Amino acid sequence: MMSIELPKLLGAALLAGALLMPSVQASETEEPSYRPEVVDFTLDNGLEVVVIPDRRAPVVTHMLWYRVGSADEDFGRSGYAHFVEHLLFKATENHDVGEFSRRVAEVGGRENAFTSYDFTGYFQQVAPAQLQTMMEFEADRMVNLALTDEVVLPELQVVIEERVQRIDNNPSAMLGEAINATLYQHHPYGIPIIGWMHEIEEMNLEGAKEFYRRFYGPNNAVLIVAGDVDPDEVRTMAEASYGQVPPNDAIVERQRVQEPPQAAARTVTLRDERVGTPSVSMYWLVPSYSMAEPGQAEALDLLAAVVGDGVRSRLHQSLIVDQGIAASAGAFYRGTSLDTTNFVLYGTPRGEASVEDVEEALLAELGRIIDEGVTERELEAVKRRFLRSTIFARDSQSGMARMFGASLTTGSSVEDVLDWPDRLREVTPEDVQEAARRHLMDGPAVTGYLLPSEQEPS
Amino acid sequence: MIRATEMNLRAVQDGLFRALSIVILALAFVTFPVVMAARADVDIQEVTSEKGITAWLVEDYTVPIINIRFSFAGGSVQEPEGKEGLANLMTGLFDEGAGDLESAAFQERMDDAGGELSFSASRDVIHGSIRMLAEDREEVLDLLRLALTEPRFDDAPFERIRAQILTGIQSRERDPDHQGRQAFARALFGDHPYGRSDEGTSDTLAALTPQDVRGLHERLFARSNLNVAVVGAIDAGTLGEVLDDVFGDLPEEADLAEIEPVEPELAQEVAFEFALPQSTLQLVFPGLARDDDEFFAAFLMNHILGGGSFSSRLFNEVREARGLTYGIGSWLRTDDYSNSLNISTSTRSDRVEEAIEVIEAEIARMIAEGPTDEELADAKRYLIGAYAINNLDTSSSVARTLVELQRNELGIDYIARREELINAVTRDQAHAAARRLLTADPAVLVIGPARTSTAEPG
Repeated sequence: MMSIELPKLLGAALLAGALLMPSVQASETEEPSYRPEVVDFTLDNGLEVVVIPDRRAPVVTHMLWYRVGSADEDFGRSGYAHFVEHLLFKATENHDVGEFSRRVAEVGGRENAFTSYDFTGYFQQVAPAQLQTMMEFEADRMVNLALTDEVVLPELQVVIEERVQRIDNNPSAMLGEAINATLYQHHPYGIPIIGWMHEIEEMNLEGAKEFYRRFYGPNNAVLIVAGDVDPDEVRTMAEASYGQVPPNDAIVERQRVQEPPQAAARTVTLRDERVGTPSVSMYWLVPSYSMAEPGQAEALDLLAAVVGDGVRSRLHQSLIVDQGIAASAGAFYRGTSLDTTNFVLYGTPRGEASVEDVEEALLAELGRIIDEGVTERELEAVKRRFLRSTIFARDSQSGMARMFGASLTTGSSVEDVLDWPDRLREVTPEDVQEAARRHLMDGPAVTGYLLPSEQEPS
Repeated sequence: MIRATEMNLRAVQDGLFRALSIVILALAFVTFPVVMAARADVDIQEVTSEKGITAWLVEDYTVPIINIRFSFAGGSVQEPEGKEGLANLMTGLFDEGAGDLESAAFQERMDDAGGELSFSASRDVIHGSIRMLAEDREEVLDLLRLALTEPRFDDAPFERIRAQILTGIQSRERDPDHQGRQAFARALFGDHPYGRSDEGTSDTLAALTPQDVRGLHERLFARSNLNVAVVGAIDAGTLGEVLDDVFGDLPEEADLAEIEPVEPELAQEVAFEFALPQSTLQLVFPGLARDDDEFFAAFLMNHILGGGSFSSRLFNEVREARGLTYGIGSWLRTDDYSNSLNISTSTRSDRVEEAIEVIEAEIARMIAEGPTDEELADAKRYLIGAYAINNLDTSSSVARTLVELQRNELGIDYIARREELINAVTRDQAHAAARRLLTADPAVLVIGPARTSTAEPG
């Protein structure tokens, strides 16, 4: 719309929180014919496969998602999930270092990889004729990685520079890291995805091998193939490649420690000379889609949109337009998460207003919803926007692949994704008010302030 | 702005994605059989309305949506001196009221109608885009017409948007990265509009009035400097009517000030000193215009040097071999009034000298030897195959690409011709392009702590 930046806190929160998270989860509309054609099946070795045909262009997106992320690391050994992701681009027993990437580049393909709390993913976008080759390479590095110090040590330096670039050179990211560490008092979501620097520096070859052997295998992965393909052919190709990899006996279902009840509200403040204007963000711990009671996560998604998504939202109209005290204000709920997730309000003051004025106004708007609920009209407007976005989402082959991958590695099923619009439609204004009461009444668990260096706390 | 059509910045700016690695092996894999790349076949129709407005259309009914993207030549370079920030401010006001509808009424109507509208200003051009479900077309496009031809620019939203932008400017006033880049732009371009800040300064913004915005709108929003691309569920006949309905009431001729071309001032170093753990480096060399006969030779050479995000010489030497950075890239910048070849990276502040030495050594090697036959062949295959995946993978990216092709006057058959243009480049031509662009003493930006003479040996 214009070049007003998103509040930096939001950027930090998104970075620290979730990558590739679709803001909207699923894909269908009122008309059944709009429902995407999705085929899913499981190979004998436990690999789940989802095929999303899209024949508009001769391109296929091949993504392999592992059900392992930074929250699965051993305590005191942060950083390995992300480090191993980097190392999967090194040599295997069958291919020299760089051979896979070279093959992708040679056919004009695009590739990359990503790590989050709950998943690690690898993808290539190529012409359909290359799909079989991509599967062979990807299946090979699922079990045949051949690591040596020669490749591990320079890569460790790269990861250290990555951490500095993402976090240490960026005050809002530094604050985001501190907020998370404070928000989660026990659960590993409090530890940064990329790892703490002092633990990154201690990572080594043996640790990487151990992590890889423990978590990589077909029975801990989800294959997503979207694009110009035939589901039966995908099955044949997958069986010929991934299907030859035996299951990994070390894989166990994820059972992480859970947060205890939290009684004390915490405040986190970062003052930095690089910060020009103050901002505030407030975090509540709330259930994710995978753990919420039926309808609760949907209600939280709708609540976040009514409160703080876009120019018609309560926060925009109240803080930015009517009161004129904020340059930005919004809310979001990160529902695509395996364990307890968060609901966030944020704002930046403008003009003579203080960060405390904005904080108060954010809480006042939330309080109004807790007390009085939302209107039928505003809820309907948000629902329509969500449903519309599920159709727009089908325009992006890679976006569809990410949506299914992220959902399936955080406890949801293909049916959950496909049924999401139906569940959304059933949410009533009373449900939204109830979700706000139940999860947000107590005030935020953590309030974070990003302040210019000379600004004193109130 | 940086043209999106032929650029690759991924290595420098991707998200928590890791940049990938390739080590070019001397005895590489040249014996792959027929390598099939994704073919960039797009059926583009040229549609001209009764009033003479032309658009490029890609008709596609797979997903029932319509994407429209348009541009008006003349961005922030067209701001009168002392009114910096005017174009950016204007683009924030197109959803803030038009015709009889004031701000809130317009926004509600647009949201209820199901349109998603956005505008942005860059140095050379104002871009707009809108997407909608096909069934919502009529009302959404009527609102677009109103926004383009009868924007209200009322005082209240003007003041509010200006205050929001001011907060953004203040928030960046102490950000060393932002300040360093601003200082670099001034050093490179002096008094030319490219030396100014696109978003303006606190002082220039304070002096702007709604009348200034109206003046700029009248000058820039015309049919003579308009380009339109449409992708989705609409046929040529209907589009012809739509073009007249939406754009037909705009004035015939834009009133554009003559802007002189400018050569960036090379052979200088701009040091923005700040105690940071990681320093940002940028090097600026001469460039060449998009219609230069040697463009594709330079484009391929740049890809081999630093454009291929995970396969370039700079990536291999600075990141893979030495672990000095997380990301490094180079790109050709082709703006309307200036061109350059840029290299950008960030590295540990105590190893800046080493990073610069490695970059300089790679530049010297490229000048002395040019690319190898194998590198050139690989680059050609990659750039031909990657075009569809990088530029045509969603409706909105197709629309974006088609507007850029029109702006660059590359012709409606460009996508079909492009492969031939790339394949025609010889090794000698790529080598000559290296000598032409890289021999100059570059302008260098360093954001980070003051450098000492005790750099580690490379």
